[in-house]
Amino acid sequence: MPTLISWVDGRAELAEDPYTTVIDDEADIPPGDVIISLARFQLEGERLLGEGRKVGVRLAADQAVEDLAYDLPRIAVVALEFPAYRRGQAYSSATLLRERLGFKGQVRAVGDVLREQARFMVRCGFDAFEPADGSTPEQWTHVVGRFRHVYQTAADQVRPAYEERSAS
Amino acid sequence: MYQYDAIDAEMLADRVAEFREQAARRLAGDITEDQFKPIRLMNGLYLQLHAYMLRIAIPYGSLNPTQMRKLAEIGRVYDKGYGHLTTRTNLQFHWIKLRDAADILEHLASVDMHAIQTSGNCIRNVTADPYAGATADELDDPRVWSEAIRQWSTFHPEFSFLPRKFKIAVNASLADRVATRTHDIGLYLRRDENGALAFEVYVGGGLGRTPYIGPLIKRRLPVARLFSYLQAVLRVYNRHGKRDNPNKARIKILVATLGAEEFARQVEDEWEKIGPAGDLPDTELARIRGAFTPVAFASLPPRSEAFEAAKARDPSFARFARNNLRPHKRPGYSIVEVALKTIGETPGDITSEQMEAVADIAETWGANDIRVTHEQNLVLPHVKLDDLPAVHKALAKAGLASANSNLISDIIACPGLDYCALANARAINIAQDIAQTFADPDRAERIGELKIKISGCINACGHHHVAHVGILGVDKKGEEFYQLTLGGSAAEDAEVGKILGPALPGPKVAPAIDQLVEVYLRERNDGERFLDTYRRVGLAPFKEAVYADAH
Repeated sequence: MPTLISWVDGRAELAEDPYTTVIDDEADIPPGDVIISLARFQLEGERLLGEGRKVGVRLAADQAVEDLAYDLPRIAVVALEFPAYRRGQAYSSATLLRERLGFKGQVRAVGDVLREQARFMVRCGFDAFEPADGSTPEQWTHVVGRFRHVYQTAADQVRPAYEERSAS
Repeated sequence: MYQYDAIDAEMLADRVAEFREQAARRLAGDITEDQFKPIRLMNGLYLQLHAYMLRIAIPYGSLNPTQMRKLAEIGRVYDKGYGHLTTRTNLQFHWIKLRDAADILEHLASVDMHAIQTSGNCIRNVTADPYAGATADELDDPRVWSEAIRQWSTFHPEFSFLPRKFKIAVNASLADRVATRTHDIGLYLRRDENGALAFEVYVGGGLGRTPYIGPLIKRRLPVARLFSYLQAVLRVYNRHGKRDNPNKARIKILVATLGAEEFARQVEDEWEKIGPAGDLPDTELARIRGAFTPVAFASLPPRSEAFEAAKARDPSFARFARNNLRPHKRPGYSIVEVALKTIGETPGDITSEQMEAVADIAETWGANDIRVTHEQNLVLPHVKLDDLPAVHKALAKAGLASANSNLISDIIACPGLDYCALANARAINIAQDIAQTFADPDRAERIGELKIKISGCINACGHHHVAHVGILGVDKKGEEFYQLTLGGSAAEDAEVGKILGPALPGPKVAPAIDQLVEVYLRERNDGERFLDTYRRVGLAPFKEAVYADAH
């Protein structure tokens, strides 16, 4: 099972992952809380939720978060894939989940998730990570905290430089 | 010049610390070169044929003397005593050692400079008119908008892993000296029918393998809504741009595939959803505007006796005055083009001594202001006519008084196969050959404005597509050949040039240019530039002359 790092109150910590991720749409769904594909969710989500489980949905990089809009209140996790670290569609997906669709559940980064990307991810609203490079929560906290300021608003609600300036 | 505040300075300090730590991991062998690549590419550090190349950002091409001296020092201490100016108005050092890179960034930060986002698939250095604040034909100062874009785009969390690199240019004049429409986003500042400032937004220009002049995507964008609109464009691109093939990943391909109208509709839709929340407050724009120290211009008569007398006395100064001066908005002042195009030298190269000389000149006579142009030259934007003879003398002493601005030997060339791992052919030697062929300054002046641009490969860093005469290096079975294009333009009449005919071997290039020029001189009407004649008579007579031997 991959390491799961979660982002809580401005720092990273190791987290228990109560979810089983089922990537293969043909595979049997195990008991308990699961993360499944969008296609599978559309077919079986209703039933799984009816069983009282928590259900997460894993989106490929090119799948639109808008397709989940009406289901978001009952989804616990949206896992966004990075097929390679440089495939950055999920930064927009996470931003939209937080800022436009008002998603309050977990937004999890999966795939080629590297610690040097930590700050960008946290700023876009990701709050859980499955690092692919064996990095530790301490390293994630460190990378996110390297900068004292930001120049632009983002889903993390950190006050941008122009607001710091006008307040001083 | 924009004055950094404590926040700007701390951003750079934090960046230096970050990179120092990252480089240390590589130097200690904790990570492989492959793992280091995405990190160094965010810092403008490329691994080239001989060494690391460090690309330093010169935001909107603007430098002060202190910064220029720092670049000279870096060149002397960490490189071979010279640097190379690029068509993105950046400065490259080609002989950098990894263990020095963090120290160099620290030196840069000490003078408010950096190498942030000079590579990688992110928003790159913003370019603007090198005559900003000096030319009479501008509606507003494009540097203010450029600096605001620089800050907004710096470490943008959503847009740092785009499908490909992303370049923005801002032009606020009627003339276009920024090659605006060859950019991913080109912004033309205009006044609308009510007199309010608005941007004309062009998206999807670009050179490289598939050159496009960017189509108009929005005719009247109120300036206060710029940042929400940029966000909308970038978001549509980040979500829908192609990523599987790097040759099709620039926004120009998305715009061309969807069609400009459909792309504009998608952006408009996204922009409405973002709303004004995505905009920068007016107070911040005003703060940035205020952080540009105004130039204290003197009240001068429009005519300078000292200038006129020097022209009458000294033919070389008179030639310099004819070719390298541009009108200034203030009477008694001039814009001075400093061409880094001495015959026989490498276009865009500048030694540490020359950097220091330019810094001294700008300090003594040039209001502490230096600009870099996308044509790989420098500009002193504010020089009094009275001081021009002294400036010319000082430039000549530094080997910088080349009086060929805008002429045939004012050639753009990428570093080519002499340095670059991507190149198919050399570019510098071709530029030198052509410059030698037209070394006679009287003949060069008779020929007039003729823009030659050379790229060593299809990535088109030398902008060959938008040259009056473009030259592209290609590899034919291990030999260097060059394909010529005619009739391109990067200016307000932007156009992609047309291929003249089969590629030529290196030694035939300069003679072929000579033949093209002869056709032009034969065919031209009064007052026509090479480009005008080409547009009137078409490709045929030029093709005929160059390929006559082959028939």
